[in-house]
Amino acid sequence: MARDAVLRVADLQTHFFTFGGARVVRAVDGVSFTLHAGETLGLVGESGSGKTTTCLSIVGLLPRAGRIVGGSVLFEGADLTRKSQRELRRIRGRRIAVILQDPMASLNPLFTIFRQVAEPAFFHQHLRGRSLRERVQSLLRAVRIPSPEWRMREYPHQMSGGMRQRIVGAIALAGGPRLVIADEPTTNLDVTIQAQYLDLLKDIQRETGVALIFVTHNLGIVAKMCDRVAVMYAGKLVEQAPVRELFDAPKHPYTRALLGSMPKLGSKEPLYSIRGHPPNLASLPSGCSFHPRCPDVMPRCMTEEPRDFRPGDGSVARCWLLDDVLTRS
Amino acid sequence: MSQFIIRRILYSVVTLFILSATIFLIVRLTGDPVALMAEASARPEDLERIRHQWGLDRSWPVQYATFMQNALTGELGKSFNYRLPVSELYFQRLPNSLTLGLAATLISLLIGIPAGIISAVKVNTAWDNVAKGVALLGLSIPGFWLGLVLILVFSVWLRWLPTSGSGDWRHVVMPALALGWYFAASMLRLTRSSMLEVLGSEYIKLARLKGLPDFVVIAMHAFKNALIPVFTLAGVNMVVMVNAAVIIEVIFAWPGIGRLLYEGIFQRDFPLVQGVVIMAGFMIIGINLFVDVLYAFIDPRIRLSR
Ligand SMILES: Nc1ncnc2c1ncn2[C@@H]1O[C@H](COP(=O)(O)OP(=O)(O)OP(=O)(O)O)[C@@H](O)[C@H]1O
Ligand code: SF4
Ligand SMILES: [Mg+2]
Repeated sequence: MARDAVLRVADLQTHFFTFGGARVVRAVDGVSFTLHAGETLGLVGESGSGKTTTCLSIVGLLPRAGRIVGGSVLFEGADLTRKSQRELRRIRGRRIAVILQDPMASLNPLFTIFRQVAEPAFFHQHLRGRSLRERVQSLLRAVRIPSPEWRMREYPHQMSGGMRQRIVGAIALAGGPRLVIADEPTTNLDVTIQAQYLDLLKDIQRETGVALIFVTHNLGIVAKMCDRVAVMYAGKLVEQAPVRELFDAPKHPYTRALLGSMPKLGSKEPLYSIRGHPPNLASLPSGCSFHPRCPDVMPRCMTEEPRDFRPGDGSVARCWLLDDVLTRS
Repeated sequence: MSQFIIRRILYSVVTLFILSATIFLIVRLTGDPVALMAEASARPEDLERIRHQWGLDRSWPVQYATFMQNALTGELGKSFNYRLPVSELYFQRLPNSLTLGLAATLISLLIGIPAGIISAVKVNTAWDNVAKGVALLGLSIPGFWLGLVLILVFSVWLRWLPTSGSGDWRHVVMPALALGWYFAASMLRLTRSSMLEVLGSEYIKLARLKGLPDFVVIAMHAFKNALIPVFTLAGVNMVVMVNAAVIIEVIFAWPGIGRLLYEGIFQRDFPLVQGVVIMAGFMIIGINLFVDVLYAFIDPRIRLSR
């Protein structure tokens, strides 16, 4: 594909420094991926694997203890890790939008829907008065809120969960972004609402050509929504592949374990049951971080960290098994 | 909303009832007022006559019933000591106490809220540590001690302010500072914790993700939400400062309700003590109702529910 990349993340490393720096949590530890316009990347992995931290690193809005210690985030050609908060504020909410997980909690209970949807257009595009009202109404219409001219005067507590999530979607669209990052946007919605919301996101993507990063625990949603998938384990991307390849021929033992424990589409069951526990990110196992839990573990896995292998079908995986396969054939 | 108010008023009536019974009992446990005021040479039949005149020779239930009956018609009884209606004494002193209480409230808000916000926004920095230190000092230094230090510095050494009494604004400064000090510290702590909680919320995260200026995120999105518990405390604090600034009013010879209460307790002036306490109870209930209405203004979840 000759299209320009919207986002090019290279060897991103984000650590949390707690106890005055005595404890370093390597939440994101060398993540690389590329995203083009109109494309959707699924980011999956167990709880605590660093998905949210990856998303927040891209927009430069980490919790106090977190810091990007290496790598780059090229967005439309400029490295966001080198930008000041002031410059980033002009990008956030305008060029890059983030949708948070909890629709009940992400709207301010004391402000009207109008005000909350209008803010990006007010501060970024300096719209006022009538043009601002029209903009808000068209955004609400775009996310299928019925009679927006009435609804926008209401408060979040007067709306259903699904509606609130769509309003959060309208806020994301308000600045006309080129990249939308959705961090588990449907976990708290019931199944039909969830499906409607995903369809809506797809429609909007078709209309606007926005690039989408979709974080989820649910591989069923990945199959439905995404073009490519990145599987995250203990701060690293262990496998990245086009959706078909990933489901048909998973390369990494961790991916296989995820697929083996895949919940039904829309099920709220807390994800996978893979034997053992995710590692402590402040003191990772030697060699391959997955080796204490890996069914295919080999002696070298315990000492040598695997590098990325590219078996040639568009996928990338970090596992010594591929070294054997590739060298034998 | 109206159902909510009716329920609140019912609770208030019950609370006032319990308060009146409690204070009625407590003052009577302090001893016999007649014995206290009589001279040693007084004849027993004179004492008996005074007891009868004050109604103290009747049984407690009868006394309480009389007290309540009068209270319900707005009559709080006659002070033993001043021989004047308690309500008259109370309202005579009220303007002074309001002046002092409002000044102290203003001081506590002006120090406590901004310092609490800075402390929360700059959490775990030097700013925060300074604010936490101030809060600790405020809560641990007794008001009377601060009052004495202020008198020493500003009246005795610098001769800027009068040591005591009332008159113009210069009389108010020191007692208001000494009184507001502790409440400023409690305001600071509550504002800080309330603000920290709000700043950690998802909607503040989304506000930042929208690329809003920090000022808008903190002063509009966060502050309005964090304000709600702070208001309640401010209301209750003010009532306490108006009605029970006993030590400060005594130190600065401020002619307010606190000193009236002090004299009442000292002289076992039952109707006076009962009256002041009941009035304070009334005021707390009034302020709480006011704060509830204020909430409804701020919070659409309350305003728009039936
Ligand atoms: N503020 C913080 N301070 C210290 N460590 C943190 C902080 N936030 C996250 N972490 C750590 O960083 C790691 C990655 O967390 P992150 O929230 O990115 O995971 P996640 O993949 O999004 O998980 P989930 O699926 O539960 O949302 C975790 O081990 C977590 O303990
Ligand atoms: S490198 Fe070794 S331990 Fe790690 S996933 Fe591959 S086989 Fe398992
Ligand atoms: Mg997360």
